[in-house]
Amino acid sequence: MQPPAEHVHWMFATGFLVLGLCLLAEAIVGQEVWRRRRWRAYLWPGFAFVMGVFMWPVMVFFTNSTIHTLAHSAWAQVMMLAGGAELGLVRGKLRNPLWRLCVAVAFLVSGAALIIHEQNGWFFQRSAFLHHLLGWTMVGATVFAVGRAVRRRSLFFESGFALTFVALAVLLYCDRDLAPIFGHLSPLAGNPHR
Amino acid sequence: MNAELASQLKARTIPRSGRARAVSSLGPLTSVAGLVWAFVQPYRVTLLHPHDQGFWWLFVEPPLLVMLVGILFAVLVAPGLIDDLQDAEREG
Repeated sequence: MQPPAEHVHWMFATGFLVLGLCLLAEAIVGQEVWRRRRWRAYLWPGFAFVMGVFMWPVMVFFTNSTIHTLAHSAWAQVMMLAGGAELGLVRGKLRNPLWRLCVAVAFLVSGAALIIHEQNGWFFQRSAFLHHLLGWTMVGATVFAVGRAVRRRSLFFESGFALTFVALAVLLYCDRDLAPIFGHLSPLAGNPHR
Repeated sequence: MNAELASQLKARTIPRSGRARAVSSLGPLTSVAGLVWAFVQPYRVTLLHPHDQGFWWLFVEPPLLVMLVGILFAVLVAPGLIDDLQDAEREG
């Protein structure tokens, strides 16, 4: 009954796509309009927090190696931290806008974990390539996360932040358990099954 | 008489701003992206060939998920957001 790893990637891709669309809409209309309905204000931070909670079963059931387990638990923790901090800001429990830097921390930790836990080179197979690309995308996109924390209402940082989630969704949807990347597939990786 | 009714209807139509059009296009664009993907890679829609497929292959179908996200956003989020945006634009 355990889903194949690629299906888990695709389910999280769907979550990131939801986050991306919500954040893009918020960037377009502005925070004041987005928060005119209370439920909308909680939508993306709550969704991010729940995605963090769902990372825990991934950590428990996908134990390919110790470093995988550590990476998955790091993602679960930082996603919950980022979602929780944003929820606290929306609710008014947290007042200092610099709490938004928790999202930047989440990006940096997630990116580093992606790069570190991928033991194979870029062109070993598709999932290895995507892990490297996802990792560097997240590390690079930390600029947007920091920017939206220190420069509120900047369309550049807000839309860049939102589009990062859309890009992450696209990359995660491209993931396969065993597939070539640009014609490269290491013989050590095995045979593509589908 | 007909012309009067037409002008009344025209007057009630509120022109949408660029931002409102951008928000209203997010859902349909996402759904179209999923649809195009389904045509480009039909083998990723296992409902088209469901025999001998396990639960997860039938439950998680990326192109359909993308379409679903677009539809849900267009139906659940966009209409209220556009109303609020137009209210805000009228107010200020």
